[in-house]
Amino acid sequence: MAVNAEFEGRSYPPTDPYAVPAERISAFATAVGADDPVHHDESAARSAGHAGVVAPPTFAVVVAQQCDAQLVSDPEAGVDFTRVVHGEQTFTHHRPIVAGDEIVGVLHVDKVRQAGGHAMVTTRSELSTASGDPVCTASSTIVVRGEQ
Amino acid sequence: MALDLLHVRPGLELPRRTVHVDWERLVAYAEASGDHNPIHQDEEFAHSVGLPDVIAHGMWTMGAAVVLVADWAGDPTAVVSYGTRFVNPVVVPATGGADVEVSGVVTKVDEETGRVTVELSVTCDGTKVLGRAVAVVQAPVPVP
Repeated sequence: MAVNAEFEGRSYPPTDPYAVPAERISAFATAVGADDPVHHDESAARSAGHAGVVAPPTFAVVVAQQCDAQLVSDPEAGVDFTRVVHGEQTFTHHRPIVAGDEIVGVLHVDKVRQAGGHAMVTTRSELSTASGDPVCTASSTIVVRGEQ
Repeated sequence: MALDLLHVRPGLELPRRTVHVDWERLVAYAEASGDHNPIHQDEEFAHSVGLPDVIAHGMWTMGAAVVLVADWAGDPTAVVSYGTRFVNPVVVPATGGADVEVSGVVTKVDEETGRVTVELSVTCDGTKVLGRAVAVVQAPVPVP
C-alpha cells in the first residue's frame, strides 16, 4: 500500500500534555553520553538559571515521535512502519526544555512525495508549552521503502 | 564557561572525540527515548530485514554527536538549532560494540547575532554515518 499523497498539508489535533520528568532527561542524557551536570543535577541547573534539569538538544524527539505516531498509526495514511527508514531530522529550539515543563505537540504533514519507488514524508511537530509558548520545531523526513 | 566570540573564527576545529556504543547503551536509549524499534535491540530481527547486525538509532547517533558541540559551547542550551541526514547506519556487534568518531569545525560566525555554525563530521569504521550535520550555537554577544 502506497503512502496517501492527500495527507500533504494535513495537521493533527494537539497531543495530550506531556509532563517532562527529570529522571527521563537524565536517563536520555546518560544514554547519549551527555554528562553536563545541568542534565542530571537540579542544583546545577538552577545555578545556571533554569527552573529544572535541562534537556539535551535532541530530547525533543521524545515528544515529536508521539506526534509522528499519529500519522504512522493512521490507517488512511498508508505508512507501513516496518518499511520506514529515518532520512533527516532537524530541531529549532525556541527555548530550552526543562524538567516540569508540560509540552504539547501539533503535527503537520508538510510534504509527501514519491521518488524511485519509495515515498518520502516530511512532518513538522510544533512543540509548545500547554499555555502556548513555542518550545521547539522538530522536522523529520522518513523514507517508506517501496515493495520489492 | 560560555563561548568567547573573540576567539571563534571559521576554520576553528573543535576537540574531536570517540563515543563508544554497545547493546546496553542502545537499550538505555530505547528506554529513555521511547523508540523501541526491534532493529535496534533484536539481532534476529535485524538479520530478518537484511541488516548485518543490530544498528544504533539514528537519533542516538545524532544525540551523541552534538554533545561535542554542547560541551565546547559550555552550555547545552546554547545549541539553538541542529539538523542532519542519516546516510549510513552504525552497526553494533554483540561483542565489542562500535566506536563513533565525532569532529567538528566552525564554518560561520555572525558577530552581530552571536550565532556560530558548526559542521560535524561523524563516522564509524571510516564510513560517514551523518550527512550535513550542522549545529548553530548562540554565543553571548560581546559588549562593544
